Amino acid sequence: MGGFFQVALAVAGRQVYKYFTNPAFLAPALFPLFFFVAFAGGLTSVGDVPGFDYAAGYIAFQYVWALLQAVSMGGAFTGFSIAGDFENGFARRLMLAASNRYGIILGYTIASIVRATMTGTLVTVIALVTGMPISGGFDFFGLIALALLANIAATLFGAGVAMLLRTQQAGPVIRTPIFLVLFLAPVFVPLDLLSGWIEVVARLNPFTHILEAARGFLAGDPTSVASTFTISATLILVLSLWAVFGLRRAERAG
Amino acid sequence: MKVPPFFTEVLAIARRSTVRTVRQPAVIVSALLFPMMFFSINANGLDAASRIPGFPTDSYLDFAFAFPLIQASLFGAITAGADLARDIESGFFDRLSLTPMRPVALLGGMLAGVVALGLLQGVVFLTIGTLMGVDVSSGFFGMVVIVLLTVLVALGFGGIGAILAIRTGSVEAVESAFPLFFVAIFLSSINLPRDLIEQDWFRFIATVNPISYLVEGIRSLVITGWDTQALILGFGFALAIVVVAIGGAAASLKTRVA
Amino acid sequence: MARERGIEVENLVREFRRGPRAVDGIDLRVEPGEVYGFLGPNGAGKSTTVLMLTTLLPPTSGTATVAGYDIVHEGPQVRASIGAALQEAALDPFLTGREHLHLQAALHGLSRKERKRRGQELLERVGLEGAADRKVRGYSGGMKRRLDLALALVHGPQILFLDEPTTGLDPQSRSALWAEVSRLAREDGVTVFLTTQYLEEADVLADRVGIIDRGRIVAEDTPEALKAEIGRPSVEATPAEISDRDAVARVLRGFGEEIPAQPGAVAVRLSGGAAGLADVVRALDREDVRVANLRLDEPSLDDVFLAKTGRSLEGAGEGEDGDMEEAQA
Repeated sequence: MGGFFQVALAVAGRQVYKYFTNPAFLAPALFPLFFFVAFAGGLTSVGDVPGFDYAAGYIAFQYVWALLQAVSMGGAFTGFSIAGDFENGFARRLMLAASNRYGIILGYTIASIVRATMTGTLVTVIALVTGMPISGGFDFFGLIALALLANIAATLFGAGVAMLLRTQQAGPVIRTPIFLVLFLAPVFVPLDLLSGWIEVVARLNPFTHILEAARGFLAGDPTSVASTFTISATLILVLSLWAVFGLRRAERAG
Repeated sequence: MKVPPFFTEVLAIARRSTVRTVRQPAVIVSALLFPMMFFSINANGLDAASRIPGFPTDSYLDFAFAFPLIQASLFGAITAGADLARDIESGFFDRLSLTPMRPVALLGGMLAGVVALGLLQGVVFLTIGTLMGVDVSSGFFGMVVIVLLTVLVALGFGGIGAILAIRTGSVEAVESAFPLFFVAIFLSSINLPRDLIEQDWFRFIATVNPISYLVEGIRSLVITGWDTQALILGFGFALAIVVVAIGGAAASLKTRVA
Repeated sequence: MARERGIEVENLVREFRRGPRAVDGIDLRVEPGEVYGFLGPNGAGKSTTVLMLTTLLPPTSGTATVAGYDIVHEGPQVRASIGAALQEAALDPFLTGREHLHLQAALHGLSRKERKRRGQELLERVGLEGAADRKVRGYSGGMKRRLDLALALVHGPQILFLDEPTTGLDPQSRSALWAEVSRLAREDGVTVFLTTQYLEEADVLADRVGIIDRGRIVAEDTPEALKAEIGRPSVEATPAEISDRDAVARVLRGFGEEIPAQPGAVAVRLSGGAAGLADVVRALDREDVRVANLRLDEPSLDDVFLAKTGRSLEGAGEGEDGDMEEAQA
């Protein structure tokens, strides 16, 4: 399997190099940060709603969503990058040169994780600066693990779409579903305070489980850990197949 | 040299703007669809907020109804501004400048388009909103006033879009202003009443942000009925923006045309 | 006071904030009814000159009158007298050809009935009746240029400005446009000010040519006079048999001085001009000398440009785009 990892590292290396030569690589964090400021700044009194008992406070409540949003958007941006590589012909060269093409997917995923680490750190720093408290029992590793899983899932989704469409038109096709998934979730209040159609949709949304579990980790009160990780793993498995499907289509197109 | 009356010129330009828009159904659909979608998601997601102690109404849907109207006016203004910038970029503006057309007529035609779209959006959103369960306390006449205020807001934003277009002559520059306006909308009382904003800095920004008063004007017609103070502030700020923006656009036009 | 109906330019200058002068003091005069060709490489200042003369760009200094009106102080009158088809075919992709014409006509104050009539007339004139009700987005480059010309003619202007009208067009479209421009000048008496980087275009269409380089006019006259000034045409004959070379040379030397030629051939500069070619043929025939190939070479406007500036016209220019960007700023 030497070829697989070699290819992956080569692809990842190139992507990461592109990041450092272009400060815009932090762009996926912009809208999440903006929403964080708007919601954590303007909506804190939502924490006073009867039944809202998130121990870590409203700012922390919003921070988790902002973090997951940033890493998910990072995955989407990687998808845009792949689409761009197809459009300018680079991807074709890559596919011809690679001894193991699955390594290409892994490479982009690794690069995406690297970026997610940086955007995630940025969001976290901003949240701390705005006064988010760190409560005792905060499960750092659990939170990071979920963030990484969200990032990987989004990257695989974006990669699949990008390899299928192979043009910049992939942009909206990647962005919109991820956007909807992020918003059709307990964004402003916890799941048990949602009602109406949005509650139904949110319950069916796998992201909701990741979000609620991540919030639990941050508050030192982990819930549904096993089921969440199972759901995440399944999601990643399905999306890996999706990415491979996209790769096969790209190969066939030549 | 035959110089057509000003009205004929504006009409000719306005007709062109309308025809272009109608021929891009995707633009109309997204101008109507996205604000409504966002509204639905937001309003439902924040429904629990109506249970915050001191919240002015028990329906967050009613409270948030101003949001799609304001957001849609913004979209419309940026689109119209981008179209004007495109005309400048492509040289179409130069072509029109070679006719006896008064440059102000071009502005008038563009704004006529913005007003028409604002009118359409107001009516469509009110219809859909009512079907979704929004209860307008001020009744039918209140709805008419809501549409009027929406149109004024659209006109004001349109003027700002025009200034950007004329000053920069670049579609990209106009479109990149969109996130800034989007941010400005959120840094207002759009999601919560000002007195329920806990963070001092945020409440301060919301208080000095003219958009808060536009929002509160529309909102008062929905949840309160006839709140004179809110209406005076809402219309006052809307008119002020219109005057400043359109005045600015007309002045910018003078420097662009030799 | 009768106004001079052509174009008169005196020491016109245009400076931009960055870079050298785009137009560096030009003088020119175009008589009414004339076709004037403004020839020069990219970046020479052609488009900038046109923008000034059409009042879209104010000059830095100097004066000009177009149709008798001052370009700075009588802008509206100038604009009423001219039509312009500028470098970018500035059209709205969502409107049809007919709608463009109606809009232009409306803005020129034509009544609804007149708009329809005039629109139809112009569409037929430029050969676009078939595509009139299709959106411009679907037009080819040639069609867009033709619509551009039609739009410039809506109000029946006395003076027409064409800025590189055939750049990028296929040969058929180019010829069609040339035919229409010639007709306009000949039959309708329209004065045409045309800029181009194509020698052939200036040569074929223009009554007089002004050659501009780096913002200055380096030569101005009829194409024939300009070429004659540079040199006379030459004739080169390749004998059918190499042994006849001396005989050919003897005949040809009677028509002008000998000049360098291809190996095995003889060339002379015709002192009597291109008309002398017929005499050369007759003389060769009389002496019973057979030639395999006989060629007449005229000096071209490129030779003129080369003589005046030391550079060849083709491939001589800096980006005219820089010109346009500055002009639109």
